[in-house]
Amino acid sequence: MTNPALHSSAWLIWPVAAPLTGALLTFLFKDHSRRLGLFFAALSSGLGTALAWQILGHGPAHYALGGWQPPLGIALRADGPAALMVMMTAITGLAVSIYSGGYFQSRRRNSKHHALHSAQEHAFWSLWLLLWAALNGLFLSNDIFNIYVSLELVTLSSVGLTALSGKPPSLVAAMRYLLVSLLGSLSFLLGVGFFYKAYGTLALTAIINSLSLSPPTSMALALISIGLLLKSALFPFHFWLPPAHANALTPVSAILSGLVIKGSWYLFYRFWHVELIFTAVGLVPAILGGAAIIWGAWQAFAQQRLKMLVAYSTVAQIGYLFVAFPLLAETSGQGHGALFYFAISHSCAKGAMFLAAGTFFLQMGHDRIRDLAGVRQLLPVSSFAFGLAALTIMGLPPSGGFIAKYLYINTAINQGLWWLALLILLGSGLSAAYIFRAVSAILSPQLLRIRPALVVSASMQWSALTLALISLLLGIIAPLPLALLEVS
Amino acid sequence: MIWQNWLLIMILLSSLVPGLIIFTLAESNRAWRTTLNLLGATMKMVLVLVMIIGISQGHSFAAHLSLLPGLELVLRADPLSALFVALSTLLWLFTTIYAVAYLEDAPNRSHFFGYFSICVSVTIGIALAGNLLTFLFFFEMLTLTTYPLVIHRGTAEAMAAGRLYLLYSLSGGLLLFVGVVWLHVLAGQIDFSRPGLLVPLLVQHRQSLILIFFLLMAGVGVKAALVPLHGWLPRAMVAPAPVSALLHAVAVVKAGAFGIMRIVLDVYGLPLSRELGLLMPLTLAATLTIIYGSLLAIRQDNLKRRLAYSTVSQVSYIALGISIGNPLAIMGGMVHLVHQGIMKITLFFCAGNIAETLGLHNISRMNGVGRRLPLTMAAFTLAAMGMIGLPPMAGFVSKWYLGLGAIEQPGHGWLLVVLVLSSLLNAAYFLPIIYGAWFRKQEEAWPEDSGRKGNWECHWMLVVPPLITAVVSLLVGLLANSNLSPLAWVRFIVSTRYGP
Repeated sequence: MTNPALHSSAWLIWPVAAPLTGALLTFLFKDHSRRLGLFFAALSSGLGTALAWQILGHGPAHYALGGWQPPLGIALRADGPAALMVMMTAITGLAVSIYSGGYFQSRRRNSKHHALHSAQEHAFWSLWLLLWAALNGLFLSNDIFNIYVSLELVTLSSVGLTALSGKPPSLVAAMRYLLVSLLGSLSFLLGVGFFYKAYGTLALTAIINSLSLSPPTSMALALISIGLLLKSALFPFHFWLPPAHANALTPVSAILSGLVIKGSWYLFYRFWHVELIFTAVGLVPAILGGAAIIWGAWQAFAQQRLKMLVAYSTVAQIGYLFVAFPLLAETSGQGHGALFYFAISHSCAKGAMFLAAGTFFLQMGHDRIRDLAGVRQLLPVSSFAFGLAALTIMGLPPSGGFIAKYLYINTAINQGLWWLALLILLGSGLSAAYIFRAVSAILSPQLLRIRPALVVSASMQWSALTLALISLLLGIIAPLPLALLEVS
Repeated sequence: MIWQNWLLIMILLSSLVPGLIIFTLAESNRAWRTTLNLLGATMKMVLVLVMIIGISQGHSFAAHLSLLPGLELVLRADPLSALFVALSTLLWLFTTIYAVAYLEDAPNRSHFFGYFSICVSVTIGIALAGNLLTFLFFFEMLTLTTYPLVIHRGTAEAMAAGRLYLLYSLSGGLLLFVGVVWLHVLAGQIDFSRPGLLVPLLVQHRQSLILIFFLLMAGVGVKAALVPLHGWLPRAMVAPAPVSALLHAVAVVKAGAFGIMRIVLDVYGLPLSRELGLLMPLTLAATLTIIYGSLLAIRQDNLKRRLAYSTVSQVSYIALGISIGNPLAIMGGMVHLVHQGIMKITLFFCAGNIAETLGLHNISRMNGVGRRLPLTMAAFTLAAMGMIGLPPMAGFVSKWYLGLGAIEQPGHGWLLVVLVLSSLLNAAYFLPIIYGAWFRKQEEAWPEDSGRKGNWECHWMLVVPPLITAVVSLLVGLLANSNLSPLAWVRFIVSTRYGP
């Protein structure tokens, strides 16, 4: 089982262990939840980055928990894609955490319901750190049952976070999210059972390496795929996403759109990353992805509320994550580059957008796009952040989104997939249309008649801007993340 | 040497850094804002001068950044980029001085000057781009950084103009993007310094090369306002006068024309373009634009709108020169990049003065304005004469070389008729303005006369820039044969790179 090329490294355990410890401690010591939460967020972020650095320098690694080798023990495994995802979580996660520190304070300061906001804050930190640990576990596990457990933890903590705001729309959205997700989990678990029956192992790499298309395999793959598509909110399974993302507390929206979606998508990639499948049904996710790009953009364009617009934009962008699966058939690796580069850029940019939108909401008391004109005067930094993050969503330079778009189109033309190139271009044009509906209101030169007092803290505005700047930075440092991705 | 690698980056940063700092300044902090702007503009002038001297002595300047495996962002200064860089830098300085006075007491000045500086940096990036990818990179950025300036007034009309601008430019950008990526797939990275790169593809990919050419042209043609891609430009004239200067002379339209030069001369190269039969469609598009723009200009009563259509027409001289494709015509087209810039910025400065000082926007009400604003109208008259192409003004020099080139090129003699016709049309829409301003009596009170400022007819910073640019436009024509004129530099470019 153990591959001699893999080196054993204890670094793997820390990106899971640190946030998990944080989740426990913030749960136990309610009075210090903010400080503890921030500390463990910084720690988890640092350890995630360190892991990525290790993998980049020393190649893929594995770690058997407590020294127990599979099939008895729990095994973790990190290659390039996994490390990149952990890194993405580390960066977006830290920015969201710093934002949250200011977010709950400002809300408490500007409201009469102190107890409510404090309770929300405590619950937020434990759930968020638990989610962080579960995501890292999901990226790093090599055992499909462990993956199932992580996936379930991701779901439950996400649903908890969604419901946190306590308002009726978000409760309804959380309930819907829970039901859809549980259905997805169930389907996934069934698929895991089929795999175990057919291959006698739970190790993902072992299954993938010896995959042959037999009826049980097809059944397992179909079940797992449906489960993951439900959780990833790919069109037409997207219906639960916009209300859930738009009505949640702002840091939660950023986490859900930036990170959680990527978890189930990443698993889908892991399972589908076999040539065998492409030849059989490779077009299915691509067609659904294409539909998502068009439908999501269309819906985003029709929205009146900023957070709804950003949420529908996520529906469209999930389409990009799946539309490129036919590109993976090529062996040059450029297709993988396109896919993952899109994922990490989107994580930063969408995170920044939601964080910025949250500052507008908190400051103005609403997020009606029409009435946002003048917000630039009050919140120059987050307005700027929103505008910069928009570059990635539209795929314009200099941004990570531009690099991803370049790789997409280049690979598509290279393989003669003209329909795919056209679809991506069309999507990019449509995204510009809906993004500018929002940007032209936010950057509008109109002046406010009355200037209300500032309720948004500087740390909130600046964490949104930092995340947006990172999405720009990704536009000029592409060789580095792509080198990490190549490690396998 | 190290400094040669840093010089280009310094040139970019000399406007970018002041721009970014200006964003953080308070609205009322006028002194610092102006100082930073002028400091940046002066520094850039000096650096560009160093670069030009360096180039003429045979030094080479370049800076690289690896963007993706096998793809680089490259800044490289060749004589052609120096031409555009020098133009933008010089005109930026004048526009800054003008804008400080023009926007006195207007809201959102920090934003205005911040974006303006960034636009100039991006334009310099376009000029210095050493390969097609870098060109695309900055070209797309230019759209986004000019948008806030177009909507600067924030009125419904301005917002609508901004939307139209984005619609045209971003759609054009997408076409350009496809063209560039497709070329990369066929031929790898496209360096401007190696024009023969596409020739080996001729046999196998003839159709693709033709299609790509049209994609690229549609992309840059939007910014160059080639008919029928010109619709955004006249609408964008709702923006303040310094922004019009930026759109028409310093950056945007020029970036489009510059792109046409790069694509024809340095990506495809003249021999290949001719072999593929791409030059004639470009000639026809340019001709159509020249005539159509002038015809529409005559019908406008709004001064800025008339000037905008005049730009549509005039900028296509550049494309025309390139598409005729012999050294004389290329010289005529290339030098018009500079000449048109200097003359058009003068005209927009003057139009801004008239609107700002007297509240006049329509030509029909401008009778007698020469008495009230003699210096402004003198500058206007000089520049308009140049536009018409009267000797010895700048516009004459451009047209002279275009005409010589047309005669020399077999089958292009009919273009002489076009050039003459265009001059007549120019005269038809400029002379009535000049005549009315100087020789007719004022018929009614000015809508809002903001009064004289001391000894000047209006704020001196509004008068001096157009006077200087008007005199420059006269000098570059008069002294076209001296060693320091734009024409001499263009001759240097053509003889070193695109000569027979």
